[in-house]
Amino acid sequence: MHEMSIAMAVIGQVEEAAEGAGGVTAVRSVRLQVGELAGVVPDALSFCFELACAGTVLEGAELVTDTVPGRARCTPCAHEWAVGMPPLLSCPRCDGGATDLLSGRELQIVGVQWEDGRTPLPTDQPIPEER
Amino acid sequence: MCRVVDLKQAVLAKNDRAADTLRAGLTARGITVVNLLSSPGSGKTALLERELSLARERSVPVAALTADLATENDAERLARSGVPVKQVLTDGLCHLEAGMLARHLEGWLPDATRLVFVENVGNLVCPASYDLGETLRVVLASVTEGEDKPLKYPTAFGLAHLVVVTKTDIAEAVEFDEAAFRANVERVNPGVEVLLTSARRGLGLGALLDRALAAADGVPAHTPVMAREPHEHAHGHTHDDADGTGVLAQSHS
Repeated sequence: MHEMSIAMAVIGQVEEAAEGAGGVTAVRSVRLQVGELAGVVPDALSFCFELACAGTVLEGAELVTDTVPGRARCTPCAHEWAVGMPPLLSCPRCDGGATDLLSGRELQIVGVQWEDGRTPLPTDQPIPEER
Repeated sequence: MCRVVDLKQAVLAKNDRAADTLRAGLTARGITVVNLLSSPGSGKTALLERELSLARERSVPVAALTADLATENDAERLARSGVPVKQVLTDGLCHLEAGMLARHLEGWLPDATRLVFVENVGNLVCPASYDLGETLRVVLASVTEGEDKPLKYPTAFGLAHLVVVTKTDIAEAVEFDEAAFRANVERVNPGVEVLLTSARRGLGLGALLDRALAAADGVPAHTPVMAREPHEHAHGHTHDDADGTGVLAQSHS
């Protein structure tokens, strides 16, 4: 199970971003995109994330996981399909092997919600509207 | 105040950067890494013992690094070939990461080395997610493991540049269905080459070494569908992958 390594990589990157931004007092949530074919189990990842956050600025943060379905497209015949699990990566219509995987391998931190005890200041990161 | 910050960072970006740095550094020295993945007991060490001996007979400068949770048994077996061998003990960690490999290779790898075979921890799940800076990723399965192994571990088999079947000397006894195995490999990794080997009977030996040397000579390895970067989406726009993390930025709510 490598979800602990993944959780620690997520935490490390959020800590770095928080340090870079400055003044972050607590991280409330971290949003991840996890592709169907990323080889990561979201439940196991959440479990590890909670444990590994202890004692960091992320303590108590929620991990929100968006699952991205795998989709593929055949280059020769342009047919597009949901690859499923186990994935079907050769074209079900023409049996061609020249397939493009459109989605499903994502393993990405999308965004973070944090408290910084300050009034809004411009930063080099795009900041969407508050919820 | 509470802020929502867009990060858009690949979770494994740090490992991927370390892998790219290692690959570039080794390539500059004329060294190529071969990453061997399989479940425990599928015969990685037995096959590698034979391939390393062959390399030595042919005067190809190779080295091998083998990773396990515990014991130096595999290193002792591989060292009988006479090539430089190093055991890495992961202390319980289920996979190797690029940074770990770089640390273990530093100062150890002889300069004249052409190929480094890395026998990853026996595990088909976790090692699949970590690029080690290899040029050739080989996934092995023995005939005793069942023809549906590629379907059960699609990430491992789906990202392989080469698939090797081991222990074919007992294929008949365990009623191994080669056609079914090949069809299952093809489903998750269309076009990948499948080699049949028996370390005990000496069947198919040397092929792994040949493929590794070809990769070292710059012959492009097979590109698995799972490793292919899509150039455009169905709705026509291109993605910005300028940060080089290999993960696509996608729109989200």
